[in-house]
Amino acid sequence: MATTTPAQPPPPPPAAPAPQKKMNRLGLPLEHYTGSVSTLCSGCGHDSITNAVIRAFFDYGIEPHRVAKLSGIGCSSKTPAYFLGRSCGFNAVHGRMPAIATGAVLANRNLIAVGVSGDGDTASIGLGQFMHMVRRNVPCIYIIENNGVYGLTKGQFSATADEGSASKAGHVNDQPPMDCCALAINLGCAFVARSFSGDAKQMQAMFKAALAHRGTALLDIVSPCVTFNNHEGSTKSYKYAKDNDVPLHEIGFVPFFENIAVDYEPGSTKEVTMHDGSRVLLRKLDRDYDPTNRLASIQLLEEARTQKELLTGIFYINPKAPDFTEQLHLVAEPLYDLPVERVRPPKPVLDEIMKGYM
Amino acid sequence: MPVDTMPTPAAAKAPSSGKPVINDFSIQVATANGSGSQSSNNVLLRSILQMGIPVSGKNLFPSNIQGLPTWFTIRVSKDGYIARRKVSEIFVAMNEETIDSDITDLTPGNVLIWNSDLRRTVKRDDLIEYPVPFNKLSWEACPDPKLRKLVTNMVYVGVVVHLLGIEIAECETALKKQFKSKQKAIDLNLNAIKFGVDWAQKNLVKKDPYRVERMNKTAGQILIEGNTAAAIGALMGGVTVCTWYPITPSSSLVESLIDLCRKYRKDPVTGKTTVAIVQAEDELASIGMVLGAGWAGARSMTATAGPGISLMSEFVGLAYFADVPGVIFDVQRVGPSTGLPTRTSQGDILKAATLSHGDTKHPMLIPASVQEAYQFAQDAFDLAEQVQSVVFVMLDLDLGMNFWMSDPFPYPTKPLNRGKVLTKDDLDRLGKFERYRDVDGDGIPYRTLPGNPHPLAPYFTRGSGHNEKAQYTERPSDYRNLMNRLAKKFETMRDMVPAPVIEADPKAEIGIIAYGTSHWATVEARDQLRAQGVPTAYLRLRGYPFNSQVAEFIDKHPRLYLVEQNRDGQMQSLLSLDMPQYATKFRPIRHYTGNTLDAAFIVENLRAQEKGGHLGETQWFGPRGH
Ligand SMILES: Cc1ncc(C[n+]2csc(CCOP(=O)(O)OP(=O)(O)O)c2C)c(N)n1
Ligand code: SF4
Ligand SMILES: [Mg+2]
Repeated sequence: MATTTPAQPPPPPPAAPAPQKKMNRLGLPLEHYTGSVSTLCSGCGHDSITNAVIRAFFDYGIEPHRVAKLSGIGCSSKTPAYFLGRSCGFNAVHGRMPAIATGAVLANRNLIAVGVSGDGDTASIGLGQFMHMVRRNVPCIYIIENNGVYGLTKGQFSATADEGSASKAGHVNDQPPMDCCALAINLGCAFVARSFSGDAKQMQAMFKAALAHRGTALLDIVSPCVTFNNHEGSTKSYKYAKDNDVPLHEIGFVPFFENIAVDYEPGSTKEVTMHDGSRVLLRKLDRDYDPTNRLASIQLLEEARTQKELLTGIFYINPKAPDFTEQLHLVAEPLYDLPVERVRPPKPVLDEIMKGYM
Repeated sequence: MPVDTMPTPAAAKAPSSGKPVINDFSIQVATANGSGSQSSNNVLLRSILQMGIPVSGKNLFPSNIQGLPTWFTIRVSKDGYIARRKVSEIFVAMNEETIDSDITDLTPGNVLIWNSDLRRTVKRDDLIEYPVPFNKLSWEACPDPKLRKLVTNMVYVGVVVHLLGIEIAECETALKKQFKSKQKAIDLNLNAIKFGVDWAQKNLVKKDPYRVERMNKTAGQILIEGNTAAAIGALMGGVTVCTWYPITPSSSLVESLIDLCRKYRKDPVTGKTTVAIVQAEDELASIGMVLGAGWAGARSMTATAGPGISLMSEFVGLAYFADVPGVIFDVQRVGPSTGLPTRTSQGDILKAATLSHGDTKHPMLIPASVQEAYQFAQDAFDLAEQVQSVVFVMLDLDLGMNFWMSDPFPYPTKPLNRGKVLTKDDLDRLGKFERYRDVDGDGIPYRTLPGNPHPLAPYFTRGSGHNEKAQYTERPSDYRNLMNRLAKKFETMRDMVPAPVIEADPKAEIGIIAYGTSHWATVEARDQLRAQGVPTAYLRLRGYPFNSQVAEFIDKHPRLYLVEQNRDGQMQSLLSLDMPQYATKFRPIRHYTGNTLDAAFIVENLRAQEKGGHLGETQWFGPRGH
């Protein structure tokens, strides 16, 4: 047997295959949806909402550059810096996120607006703007990170604090709470949901459903403030929310790009086809509920109010309501970069106008 | 008529002889608000304009929809003066509520055309009177009681037409303008005018010297309100988002824009529009939407008045620190919110210039004419995008809501200037982007717009807590750098806002500075002063921040007068802040009655201060160094 001297050293043993990074349908990794490091208190409910947003946008495969993140002021309003770091954002003034969001989507109707607000930001100083945005059906996912207090100014009651809930210092709130979901339904909001920051699965499904909706999608998310409102006696603490959270249904979501059939027992699930063709599947738990029935949703929330029940789920969806850009009959292209010929009438028009004043 | 409380001796000369006074007088008509008199007055105004004679019209109206007294003044001036005059030679008294006080206030020798069907108790024997039974005449002219009130007003047009020698054919043309193609309305009103003419012909003997005679000074001129002019400017300036909350005297600016856009900003094929106009829930929202839209790259605007400006304060500060563009038209009126919303003032100058908290300052464009309102509206959009700032266009009620004669507006020649916006291709080429870095040394950074797909494009916008890379920071040096860059940006704007207009006079020791609508009375006052042997030089401010010509002008003239329509010398404060070395040099001429400024007021105040003594009501502002 001829011995041969190998000209080259033997090849190294094959390296262990690099762990396959999970990519979404755009081929983007999860890191493309994360933001800068949160500066909120550790354990703050708002951070869980941030994580759910990241996950939902990643799963849905939203192009980050199409997103505009808007917020008011508060701990909650800081969070847009902590998710979707490759999207632009605008941290505006207290209670005025809706106005900024409205202006942005009018300028560029292709943007996917994500508005983040707090319970103080929305239900106190910003109540007017909140209601008018809902009434106009401005296309925007409107997230209220609801902790019943003003976190950033150190724990004062907000307008969503429940009657009888106690502050850390032991003061009892004796005014009735503002229910932003009930308000929104009254004002014609076509997507109204409530969740709890401790229920990641429910939040993610809701965010996806909101992404599939066109118009204002309101998500009121109970999000405990661990520093100022997580004590015994508070109705916005983790313990209270966990003990009292009553899910209305189990939410499943089939995005438009996954055309899969889902089997379910007849009568067990309510299916709603969304604006973009995605399907929301609401599996019945304790009660029959039709989230496309507005009157039923009003009754449901009224009952929950009198029974002091923390109901979570999608209370109302109407995928057909025309959004604000449609109501205004805007051209299909974004207004901001229309060429000059389309925004400056030609000379004969000015001549005609001038003649009218001669 | 409301009498000015400012000290000016009445300078009316009652014509003693029958020597005719041609094309040089004013007519004032007293009616009740909502009685339809606006159409009659417009018809008079237009008829005279169409005869080639320079005219202007000023409406002094109440904050009320129906019933309160209104005075409309038409000035006929062969020399082309269009400021208000203190005295009107011809008075038409149609309002029972004010007839006695109106007649009491008339100057001896004035002409009084009055409705003799009204209850009048004041007697005068020093006026030239024409009693006319207008109620009776309107019964005869119009059998329909619903229309009779409107017709009454056209009957007085007929009487005035006859007495002044206005050509009836021009009234017909003016009516067609006024009522567009509504033939029934045109016929009804023309008949009423003719009825008035006939009656006057048969029953009145001309005793006064005032007449109009055809001239050729208005050929091709337009007659337009400043708010409409600004709206046309916004249309031509390519506005794409307009948000507003109704408030007098700014509403008609946006309402005009709505009408224009319905016609001229609609895609002929799809019927879709290229502009979003939103009536917001309040001014907090309207400015928020303007800034959201400006941030996202639209040419965005709002129009408001002082109360709205107050509400916009917080948001405008954010825009300052975050370099967000937007245009605010401020049609100024007197303060406060429950005050005299229908009276004019230059009362927001200081507020607008420094609106908000922290160190903030904003550029202002200050038009004096309808043509400038048109031009500056366009310039404001360019400037806002060029310097990434809120830009104020400071009109006032006088300019915005009164009719002004003007050359037709020229079609814009410049392309839209969209400022320093980086596209995806730009970023590919540059390979680098820092939102707030002063790359060009002018304090104006580059920006990207939301939706730009380049990975370098997105940035996070927040107030003052950001560094050059738009990252969050609370470092003292970062804050200071930001403040210094913004200050530098403001310096850059000195030569970007409209330059002042200077009329030098090498013989003049007196310099006059004025701005906005004070211009028209100032022009006339300078002519009067010149005739009295007092030459003056004139600088009209048209923008803030000031450029170097302003300091030169102040420096050059030993005595310097500053004409303003506010009590506290708001422009004087801005000038003094900017040029403290001249702070004691300004001699104030300040008019603040809610009425528009007149030349006599300027002349009297200036002459009094020249004598070194009497400063009128302005003296209690304390001594100003001379
Ligand atoms: C005009 C104005 N007033 C007051 C404040 C002070 N402020 C900052 S955050 C905040 C309340 C925030 O509460 P919430 O919206 O519930 O947010 P959280 O911090 O609880 O998430 C207040 C009152 C402000 N920033 N602006
Ligand atoms: S104060 Fe409350 S709301 Fe704010 S970050 Fe801390 S836990 Fe969250
Ligand atoms: Mg809160």
